[in-house]
Amino acid sequence: MRGARAWDSDLLYSFRRSPVTVVAAGLTLLCVGGALFAPWIAPHNPFDLASVNLLDAFTPPAWSPRGNAAYLLGTDNQGRDMLSAILYGARISLAVGVAAVLFSMVLGVSLGLLSGYLGGPVDALLMRIADVQLSFPAILIALLIDGVAHVALPREWRSSMAMYVLVFSIGISGWVQYARTVRGSTLVEKSKEYVQAARVIGRHPAAIMWHHLLPNVMGPVLVIATIHLATAIVTEATLSFLGVGMPPTTPSLGTLISAGNNFLFSGEWWIAVFPGTALVVLVLSVNLLGDWLRDALNPKLR
Amino acid sequence: MHPSLPRIALSFAFALALAAAPAHARTFRYADQGDVLSMDPHMFNEAVQLSFTANMYEGLTGRGKKLETEPLLATDWKQTSPTVWRFSLRRDAKFHDGTPFTADDVIFSLERARSEGSDVKMYVGAVKEIRKIDTHTVDIVTHDPFPILPSMLTTWYIMSKTWCEKNGALRPVDVRKGTENYASTHANGTGPFMLKSREPGVRTVLLPNPNWWGKPEHNVTEAVFMPVANAATRVAALISGEIEMMEPVPLQDIPRIQGNPELKVMQGLEARIIFLGMDQKRDELLFSNVKGKNPFKDKRVRQAFYQAIDIEAIKSRIMRGTSVPTALMVASMVNGYSPELDKRLHYDPEAAKKLLAQAGYPDGFEVGMNCPNDRYVNDAEICQAVAAMLARIGIKASLVAETKAIFFPKILRRDTSFYMLGWTPATLDSHNALFALMATPGEGGQGQFNLGAYSNPRLDELVTRIASENNAAKRNALIAEAFKIHADDIGHLPLHVQPLIWGMKKNVEMAQLANNFIQLKWVVMK
Repeated sequence: MRGARAWDSDLLYSFRRSPVTVVAAGLTLLCVGGALFAPWIAPHNPFDLASVNLLDAFTPPAWSPRGNAAYLLGTDNQGRDMLSAILYGARISLAVGVAAVLFSMVLGVSLGLLSGYLGGPVDALLMRIADVQLSFPAILIALLIDGVAHVALPREWRSSMAMYVLVFSIGISGWVQYARTVRGSTLVEKSKEYVQAARVIGRHPAAIMWHHLLPNVMGPVLVIATIHLATAIVTEATLSFLGVGMPPTTPSLGTLISAGNNFLFSGEWWIAVFPGTALVVLVLSVNLLGDWLRDALNPKLR
Repeated sequence: MHPSLPRIALSFAFALALAAAPAHARTFRYADQGDVLSMDPHMFNEAVQLSFTANMYEGLTGRGKKLETEPLLATDWKQTSPTVWRFSLRRDAKFHDGTPFTADDVIFSLERARSEGSDVKMYVGAVKEIRKIDTHTVDIVTHDPFPILPSMLTTWYIMSKTWCEKNGALRPVDVRKGTENYASTHANGTGPFMLKSREPGVRTVLLPNPNWWGKPEHNVTEAVFMPVANAATRVAALISGEIEMMEPVPLQDIPRIQGNPELKVMQGLEARIIFLGMDQKRDELLFSNVKGKNPFKDKRVRQAFYQAIDIEAIKSRIMRGTSVPTALMVASMVNGYSPELDKRLHYDPEAAKKLLAQAGYPDGFEVGMNCPNDRYVNDAEICQAVAAMLARIGIKASLVAETKAIFFPKILRRDTSFYMLGWTPATLDSHNALFALMATPGEGGQGQFNLGAYSNPRLDELVTRIASENNAAKRNALIAEAFKIHADDIGHLPLHVQPLIWGMKKNVEMAQLANNFIQLKWVVMK
């Protein structure tokens, strides 16, 4: 029975044995599910301006005395339902996060493989570039690229391109981790017999990298990717909070927190606190999952 | 949204400025959201700039606490013919460097204010020439009869001829273009305060002028002006006692400041109305899905937009009850305002939908909307709300809310279909609003800010007659007629008069002027 075998596998065994991980996985599923199915489960559509009523602005959460049952978590300064805005916002945050991680991964893994397998000047050049980039904090690089893109792009394109710009700037600021890890593993793997055998029978270097090396260096990459996802979501939120990320008309979690920040001291706490909580829960659970995956895949820690 | 780096830099600069400020009982430290660009009073026609330099420089006339025109460097004036005004000049006024003030300085300042590079040309635009009668008497000759001349001259400040000549500052230069001259960083006026030090973007320090001709009402021994762009930082600085006064107070922070026993909020109305304009000139809108025709040329469409806007909801939710909805293009403190005409078309989205259908747009249409996000009180929020209200009648307004440095050049190029603008008539007279906002764009600044090129020949004719009508009652009747024509045409969509909200320490008494001028000569610290 395949199912039973999977259930008894080392990976799932360690998963079942760690209650924190189970809870984290549950929360991640909840967040991802909520984000994926936002159009069907959200009570309102915050992007549909015609459904927004300004007179409902600043409604507190449903359980407070002035609350309205139609708006479970209250409304923001334009009368948008917070719960719906958070679900839609998480959708954007996750989409940007996942796309940025994929972008980083593809770029980092390719460059790492090239660097490790080819060695010599290519290796030296790529790794020096990586060194230079590592000496800057990732958020600074993302901020720089995002800022430059904002100025360089024609104004009409800015809001429609905002998401791609974010993905690019967060992605480009994270490739070094992947490249470094993959290069290290490649250096180890390429001296092994199976690689030498592939070389002896005359396979093309690209084929060797793709068919033989890649599957054997992907383990650590998956761990980095999980942890990087959490970082990417936070970076997106930071950029949006600083006003260079998603526009206010299609808010991500960071944009929502940024908008709510203006009202934090004036009593309308729910506008910032709920998206903030959603962000914390999402990032924390993804991080915990990443930690578990790292430990579970590390034979030395078993 | 603001870019974040300048913000951070400003907070640092601010923190440094605070650290360096000596603790003094009568030091008045105040913060605004932007800096004064230059010390030159002719360089930039903007409230913060004109307000700040008015502490050091004075005009022949000025404004009192109720915005009435009052004598400053002229002691009195009379009209000797419809186009000639005789001004007697103050004999006891001296510039900060000790040179006496004479008729030559007045003539020089006229030339300077209308030279290339000056941004205050419009305030002396009516003046043909100034004739020197003796050292303390001048005749000001206007091109046409110009009944509101003394009021017009309140923001034309007098500079010293000898000082400007000596320091090579014969013309104002635009610091925004990276050019500076002596007058950009130094000041030598006749006013109640003198410049002590100037650090652009950080702080500007003024000291009282011991030789001022007037009797000081203030008791300030030193005044420090600081730009603090971030509103939250400004509020925090006031609450922590690091500054005595700041403006504008974010609407949501009013209760917090009022609740603090050390602080108070001074709230009034600014003489500024906020309105929306529509391109009524082009045959096809620049930003719309309607091709081959311009929907805004149809009055029914404009009226539909008007009636779709729930101004009371904007007042209660976005402006937190501080604004006053208006049907007119001038506020109540402006000459020519009439309460009978200040009646808005009622909010009626159903009627608006019907009007759109009659005009041939039963399913609405798309239009681009341009707004600033850091110029007027909650400007971007207002536009967002208007876009949502328009969505209910089927209009899809795609909103672009941008910083003023990008927004203004764009709409002044008329690169817009539907825009927000605010207006304070500098003369506090309706003619200014009619001339700049409602008359057909033409010569000499006419319709300069009529960015949608609304045009009605009858209104243009009235504007010309108002300019030279000397009889006040007749003049106001003409103004009322012009306003009525504009309202019937729905030339623009007036929204509201915006509030003026200053936060300060309890022990500070000062005059709040509806043109948002902060005059140190009326600051008393108990």
